[in-house]
Amino acid sequence: MGLLNNIFGSRPGVTQLPSGSITVNRAGQILSSTVSSAYPADLLHAVGKEVLALLREARTAQMPLAEVSIHFASLRITARELRGGAIIFLFPQTALSPISN
Amino acid sequence: MENQHKILVLDDDADWLELSREMLTQLPSKPEIRTATSGKRALAMLDGEPFRLLICDLKMPRIDGLQVLAIVRRRFPELRTVVLSALEDEDFRSRAYALGVDMFWLKTEMQGNLQMYLECLESLLGRDQDGGFRGIQSKSLMDIIQMECLTRSSSVLRITRGSLVARLWIQGGELTDAEAEGARGEAAFRRILTWKSGTFENLPAEPNRKRTIVKPVNALLLESAQAIDESGGGPEASDQTVQIHRRTVWKLSLLTRTGAEFVVAVPPEGQGVHEAMGTQAQTAEQYATWTRRATEIIKRMGDLVDAGPLLHLDGNNSERQLLLIPRENKNFLVGWSPEASEGLLEKTKKLVASWDS
Repeated sequence: MGLLNNIFGSRPGVTQLPSGSITVNRAGQILSSTVSSAYPADLLHAVGKEVLALLREARTAQMPLAEVSIHFASLRITARELRGGAIIFLFPQTALSPISN
Repeated sequence: MENQHKILVLDDDADWLELSREMLTQLPSKPEIRTATSGKRALAMLDGEPFRLLICDLKMPRIDGLQVLAIVRRRFPELRTVVLSALEDEDFRSRAYALGVDMFWLKTEMQGNLQMYLECLESLLGRDQDGGFRGIQSKSLMDIIQMECLTRSSSVLRITRGSLVARLWIQGGELTDAEAEGARGEAAFRRILTWKSGTFENLPAEPNRKRTIVKPVNALLLESAQAIDESGGGPEASDQTVQIHRRTVWKLSLLTRTGAEFVVAVPPEGQGVHEAMGTQAQTAEQYATWTRRATEIIKRMGDLVDAGPLLHLDGNNSERQLLLIPRENKNFLVGWSPEASEGLLEKTKKLVASWDS
């Protein structure tokens, strides 16, 4: 048992895409999360910080955004601004996902 | 020396006039410098012989500089005017610009930046054949009207071209009425847009003025631009000018047809300047900066979670909806009104695809 793991290691080659939602405060700390605990917390934290930076830059450019959706090839990130913080939804995109507009 | 320009310097301080004369002799075009110590004397000199440029002080006994400028603007619309004053008051600066002066310099600033001051004067002297409107030399009347409407301002724009006077009534960013050469409404507006030079000033708004124009200003501008385009842009227009004009008309028509509020096309950092349509220059600059920063942030985020390349970004607030579409050599930020209907992504993709076609 575990022979292959001993040979190739147990780390998966591809990280699973995060699915669920997180709430971050204005400092970027995660206050609540429904994303699987198997997903690396530091990556989630980094995503939260980048989303806050995106919203902050929009405010600096005099076009504050209430909501923003970033459509990647395999993931959609939707964020709603919450008094300096944000609630962030992460939706992995699969072949069966509805086409977003 | 028929091409030698004449400059008239008006100031009640004789010592300053002498100093000015010495400074102005350094101008490369070697203009003839004349001086006057009172507004009355200056007006008499302007009546008697043609001058290219008037450099005017503001604080003077009897007729002050603003009064002189108001008279000059009416009687000598082709004369370039520069205010050179010691009055460090923003109110005077805005009043002078409202009168259509080409430049406003503080004496203290001028002494510290003499070279720049002289370059500015030389540039004004060299603008014999240029079109454009006083105070906003490089802008066409279309640009000026667009700026007024984009800022959602309410004012009456009075445009003077020689003996011709026209007025445009703008209320809350909408063009409501126009009057020129005995015509009113859209016909007057089309006539005004054929003017290539002149002076303009902002007068207080007249909210009770009866509305005669109901078409959106962008549609009217587009129609007029197409009419000018079809007429060949005038005999003096060079091929390059015609090309630029056609491209602008095409993009403006694209914007109007699709119903988008604005488009900002942003090349990567260091690979050229952004191009914007439908928004003011300063706002466009801010949007372009955000587009660059947002693209960097999104790329970092995509790399972090292995999410693949960015397809697009959409965002909204109570005032507008935004779409950021990445392309190989440019990123496009397109603004839509909050009421814009579904299918926005497809419309935006089509607009972006046709932008440089």
